Amino acid sequence: MLSAIIWSPLLFGLISLLVPRRFAPWVAGLGTVVTLALAAIVAIGFDPAGGMQYVVDVTWIPGLGINYSLGVDGISVFLVLLTAIAWIPAVAFSAARGTDRAGLFYFMLLAGQTATLGAFLAQDLLLFVLFFDLMIVPFYFLFGIWGGDRDGVTASAATVKMIVFTLIGSLLMLVGAVAVGVIAADGGQLTFNMAELAEKGLPSASQNWIFWFFAAAFLVKMAAFPLHGWMPDAYRAAPLPALAVFSAVLSKVAAYGFLRVVLPIMPDATELFQTAMLIIALGSIVYGSVMAFTKTDLRLILGFSSMAQLGFIMLGIFALDSTGANGALFQMINHGLVVVPAFLIVALIVERTGSEELGPMGGLAKKAPVFAVIFLIVTMATLAIPGSPNFIGEFFILNGVFQVNVAIAIIASTGVAMAAYYALRMYQRTMHNPLPDGVDSREISLRDALIIVPMVLVLLVLAFYPQIVLGDTSPAVDQTVAVSLEASQ
Amino acid sequence: MNFEAPVVDYAGLGPIMALSVGLILMVVVAAFDSIRRFGPALALLTFATTAGLLIWQWDANTELINGTLKIDGLAVVFSLLILIAAAGAVLTSIGDPSEKQIGRPDFLALLMASVLGMVLLTMANNLITFFVALELFSIPLYALCGTNLRRRESLESGFKYLIIGSVGSATLLYGMAMIYGASAATGFDAIAAGLTEGGLISDSLTLVGVGLVSVGLAFKISIAPFHQWTPDVYEGAPTPVTGFMSAATKLAAFAVFVRFFMTALEPMVNDWDVILAALATLSILIGNVGAIAQTSLKRMLGYSGVGQAGYMLAGIVVATQQGVDALTFYLAAYLAMNMAAFSAVIIHERRSGFSDSIASLRGIGRSTPIVAWPLTIAMLALAGLPPTAGFIGKLYLFEALVEADWTWLGVMIAIGTMISLVYYMRVVATIWMSPAADASLQVDETEIGTDLDSARRWYLVLPSVLGAAAAVFFGVIPQPLVEFAQHAGSAFSAYIP
Repeated sequence: MLSAIIWSPLLFGLISLLVPRRFAPWVAGLGTVVTLALAAIVAIGFDPAGGMQYVVDVTWIPGLGINYSLGVDGISVFLVLLTAIAWIPAVAFSAARGTDRAGLFYFMLLAGQTATLGAFLAQDLLLFVLFFDLMIVPFYFLFGIWGGDRDGVTASAATVKMIVFTLIGSLLMLVGAVAVGVIAADGGQLTFNMAELAEKGLPSASQNWIFWFFAAAFLVKMAAFPLHGWMPDAYRAAPLPALAVFSAVLSKVAAYGFLRVVLPIMPDATELFQTAMLIIALGSIVYGSVMAFTKTDLRLILGFSSMAQLGFIMLGIFALDSTGANGALFQMINHGLVVVPAFLIVALIVERTGSEELGPMGGLAKKAPVFAVIFLIVTMATLAIPGSPNFIGEFFILNGVFQVNVAIAIIASTGVAMAAYYALRMYQRTMHNPLPDGVDSREISLRDALIIVPMVLVLLVLAFYPQIVLGDTSPAVDQTVAVSLEASQ
Repeated sequence: MNFEAPVVDYAGLGPIMALSVGLILMVVVAAFDSIRRFGPALALLTFATTAGLLIWQWDANTELINGTLKIDGLAVVFSLLILIAAAGAVLTSIGDPSEKQIGRPDFLALLMASVLGMVLLTMANNLITFFVALELFSIPLYALCGTNLRRRESLESGFKYLIIGSVGSATLLYGMAMIYGASAATGFDAIAAGLTEGGLISDSLTLVGVGLVSVGLAFKISIAPFHQWTPDVYEGAPTPVTGFMSAATKLAAFAVFVRFFMTALEPMVNDWDVILAALATLSILIGNVGAIAQTSLKRMLGYSGVGQAGYMLAGIVVATQQGVDALTFYLAAYLAMNMAAFSAVIIHERRSGFSDSIASLRGIGRSTPIVAWPLTIAMLALAGLPPTAGFIGKLYLFEALVEADWTWLGVMIAIGTMISLVYYMRVVATIWMSPAADASLQVDETEIGTDLDSARRWYLVLPSVLGAAAAVFFGVIPQPLVEFAQHAGSAFSAYIP
């Protein structure tokens, strides 16, 4: 079942590469729908108290001790669902616009989905690392081939920078992962099964250096301050539908990695470096927020706002507190759901104004009330207004951090205020103010509305009834955090 | 008086005899104009026969000719890989200007002589056979590099390789003399025994001998700082020869490197592992940094080969069977990637009037997918990205290194790989993300061997596609290749952990 979820996007991607060009979007769309259907079946059949479920465990490379083992638990189930959902509007939006070299485009996009789902479902540490590294490859091609050159930075230069940055971390993680397995085996049977590794445990001294190898990979991927150097250029080069899923889901894999790998397998190191990680998270929040309200490029505003949001998520995880971690996981899902429509709305704004800069924009709301309302809801969710699911997530996170370190919590809460400023600024400068010349205020088309609105609806549902997610996730999250808590006591 | 005839193990010597007979036939073929065009078929047939005889000896562990040669897992596995590289070279050399200029069978005879030397080298178990085999594979290669008689660079490349290769051989011979002095033996096992019994293990002259042997081999494998010839020779030599050299010389030289160090010098492991680790580190850094600034694809692959050789050397440093396995796996994967890359470069060169500049690859992702895809896969594999065999190869090396407490060397490999991403990914970006090359880089039809239809020649496309397919296949289903590699390591179960 889980194998089917992982491989069905790739299968449909391969088909779309081979069929005549005009069928490619349909095949790709069908692929994403099938994937969502499979993911939904798994999510519906999921038992919150059941631990690891739908387990697949097949020997893959016995010579190296690597198994093809998959499983889904409370931490991953909604992230898998989020991945399955997020790709649909991205594919639909691209299909509605049409792309150059369509077959290759959808192949790469869906290969990216396969790798992301694989990373969420892998229960073998090396399999996880493999999928984690694999994720970046299709996005490298997507950003480079279909991206745009900006201000002298070509798309290919931006993407080379991106892949070099992200793989720097990943390669260290690969060494770290191998070391985890070998050290934990201690001369015995080599295994990379994450649950077994957590059980066997590692000596504290080893944990301390391996921790940073993993942290390097995850922090670069989530563009945490100060390892975000690749992010602005890559965000500005990327084609928007691909960027939407990239920003929504790929950075979450890194946050998920902390929960899945670092906390359970390296509890001593986690406890030891807790403050360091909290400060990095804080740096991301403050730096990301400040940058977001000084930038005028819409992509960068969203990019830096994501950086700040991931700072919050990290803060929640490293509060090492049940409330904080639950909030973090919930926030991962919220942020994913917000970012996809946000980037697609940016694409719509660009179509109407011909620019991605705030300067020459304004007045789009005049003749487009529905579009304005959709954007408003997304904006409000971004700034975590009470009544949005993001509010619940951030509240939980801050609540968790308060119990650990009051000073950090207080500084972090300024991030919430800054979010209000940059989100509203973006909304006002695009939607309100007088309508400049050359800007076409046009209502959202029915087709685009159909693509964007469902995600907004999901957001609203989560706002009113977060328990759908939290109920299923909290047992697993609590258990993960408990390991680190024990270590600290 | 009793006379006892020496025992000849024909089964064990079969592969060598098959190659020798093929080589003699090739020289005969060269004499008759009417059958010259069958040269490639004869060469491929010879390689296939040799491969068959090798597979027949799969489980052998036999000493041949009084212990001067040994056919075992290592010899069989490495010889098979060398034959694959040679077959690729035979196919891609069809229609190459060099082959037209010196004559097809003559070119192939040189190639086969070199292959014979390499196969002998994988079996060498004695200082004498070691050196003779090394020269047998080197000397025809010097000539092969210069076979494009009308290109100055090709002649320069052959000459340079001859001079520097001879320096390497001389250094090696010096080292061998010192080791002989310390152990009073030439057989590998006898050297180990002699070193232990003679009590000269930590003697400084013995160490100098080991150092000189390492340097001599480092010249052949192009390990920094003995790599200076590599970029020039790679660039100047006819591309099919470069492709063959890049993988096959590494295979042959690493085979004897492993055998010599794991058997004869095994008692001194604590003396040489640090030297080799330092060489590996240097090679990783110099090769990968050197490659960044290159504009010629062949030069870049030359420098990248220096870096890759550093990764492979790490497999010897650990001195465990797992290290040998990892090295073998990596070499096999490297063979696949290089075959894909060089065959694609050959197709591209012939279409575009012999330019191997990276810039001339612009836009071929759209115009010539049959070149673009194998080259892309080769670059991703060389960079060690999943889902290719390059990723599994790195993983394998990491496991061997961490297991033997050489984690810092693993980190060096990771750092080298990070640097290498810059130039590998730039090639991929040029292929897919740049507009088509301008007309100035297009065909100069006066050049001999220019072939606008090269992308449709099966003998060029086949090695390229097979190499790329193998690089992906063994990235997704690596277990068969892992077992293949473990067969090489198992030859040393009596020597190393």
